[in-house]
Amino acid sequence: MQKKKFSSQKIAPYLFVAPFVITFLVFSLYPFVSAVVMSFQQVNGFQDATFVGLKNYRTLFQDGDFYAALWNVARYTFWTLLILIPLPMLVAYVLNQKGIPFKGFFRSVYFVPVLTSSVIAGLIFRYAFSSEKTGVFNQWLSVLHIGPVDWLNSPHTAMFALVIIAVWRWLGTNMIYFLSGLQGISPELYESASMDGANSWQKFWFVTIPMLKPITIYVLTISIMAGFSLFNESYVYWGAQSPNNVGTTLVTLIYKAAFTNGNFGYSCTLGVALFVIVVVVNLIQTRIMGLFRD
Amino acid sequence: MHSIKQTNRVKIALSLVLLIFLTIAVMVPFYFMVVGSFKDVQNIFSNGLNVKLEISKMNLDNYKSLWSNQDGIYWSWFKNSLIITVLQTVFALIFASMVGYGLALYRFRGRNAIFAIVLIMMMVPGSILLLPQYKLFTQLGLMDTYLGVILPGIVPAGSIFFFRQFAMGLSPEYAESARIDGCGEFRIFWQIYVPLMKPAFGAMTILQTMNTWNDFLWPMVVMKSDRNFVIPAGLMSAMTPYGNNYKLLFAGSVMSVVPIMIVFMLNQKQFIEGLTVGGVKG
Repeated sequence: MQKKKFSSQKIAPYLFVAPFVITFLVFSLYPFVSAVVMSFQQVNGFQDATFVGLKNYRTLFQDGDFYAALWNVARYTFWTLLILIPLPMLVAYVLNQKGIPFKGFFRSVYFVPVLTSSVIAGLIFRYAFSSEKTGVFNQWLSVLHIGPVDWLNSPHTAMFALVIIAVWRWLGTNMIYFLSGLQGISPELYESASMDGANSWQKFWFVTIPMLKPITIYVLTISIMAGFSLFNESYVYWGAQSPNNVGTTLVTLIYKAAFTNGNFGYSCTLGVALFVIVVVVNLIQTRIMGLFRD
Repeated sequence: MHSIKQTNRVKIALSLVLLIFLTIAVMVPFYFMVVGSFKDVQNIFSNGLNVKLEISKMNLDNYKSLWSNQDGIYWSWFKNSLIITVLQTVFALIFASMVGYGLALYRFRGRNAIFAIVLIMMMVPGSILLLPQYKLFTQLGLMDTYLGVILPGIVPAGSIFFFRQFAMGLSPEYAESARIDGCGEFRIFWQIYVPLMKPAFGAMTILQTMNTWNDFLWPMVVMKSDRNFVIPAGLMSAMTPYGNNYKLLFAGSVMSVVPIMIVFMLNQKQFIEGLTVGGVKG
């Protein structure tokens, strides 16, 4: 009896983690290996593949669309990070003050946009960004005697149209993360800062921000992944092909290579490239933020 | 003393201005969507995007078209989204809580390696595997099936991470005393720790439902026949180079937000508490 219990306690953890291990092996690792293999192949249908060495990678490095897409997602990630970390942090801080009425209401309202799928958000914003004089944003601008602007056809405004959906959808979610972080900060820290004569700005800078670091790293990691794998919003605005690549993303190219051009090998090459890019960016990020050091 | 109160009042007034401004900014797109859904297409686009609130010109025609259009194809999409979301969420909650619990409460060989893989999976976008997964699922004969849509997402790394963080905060002593009473390992999980992890389940129910209900790329790739689309893919198919089916787009968008709102309203308190308690502790 004693022995049986002992062994079941040894086996149990493996049974608990088995679902992850199995699905990881079958649906992630195996496809990943097969992606790496196919990235060195010319694939015509799944039965007919020939090795072509580095040909796909040579194509990749000469592919103007690839660089355009990389530049787009890098800018997109940069802007979303620049806005979607400080702003939600500020809103969380404001909302966490004593004496603010309707806290629960504001918290819920800000969260609602993320419940809307990015496709539906994209549909609405697509109409709002119409190039017509009568489009919503052009109407607003006409008050200032600007425009009409051809929003979705020029690089800067196209980027703006992509970033604004992200800001609209994710403000509330990130705010809730920061709010949970704020509520975890012990009031004693603020009290002792007060005793040392800190004003409220100094308290925010020297107590709040450092204490929010773990949450910030989490939000940063998630945002980098979301930024570099952008697809839905771009697809709703432009489909698989945007004018002069103003909204092309890396995943758009992966999708297009696979399902529009039937170039399976090259689609895998792009996938491997995206993997390498995300890994490198995350390594840099952890270096800077020191995820594993403190 | 009086002046401190005064500055406090100013601070709160300024804060409220910011909060109210953001509330309006957040609500504007919903306003467009809802008002647009009650208007005739000619009326909406007669003047750009005409979203003035004109009750006399508003009607339910767009909603009626959800039933009449192509024999109510919208409701097929709705049904598909519903089935896929329920199945995937249930599986994801069961499996992610098991794995997270296993990683948090047992020490075993390979634990750190598995947790490292979970973290990597969280950082790497699934779309890099679009084509090889498509190939695998074609070979397995899972194209155009519910199972094909659901399978890659039934043990999501993000939820495992969350359950693990949550379970790390629970005392292992319950398990130890239950073992002394002769309780089996799985019963310890099911009868002691699952109830303790209730706030985590509340939070993850919303996140999972939301992610699955709104998922677009993979379901679009798997589901080939138009009756099998999920809502986002279906609505995209209502936009063609030859013209857009605005009735379906507007009313369909509103209807697709309703179920997820209901889930959120019902679980809201648990959700926010769950996220707060589970917190992300680096």
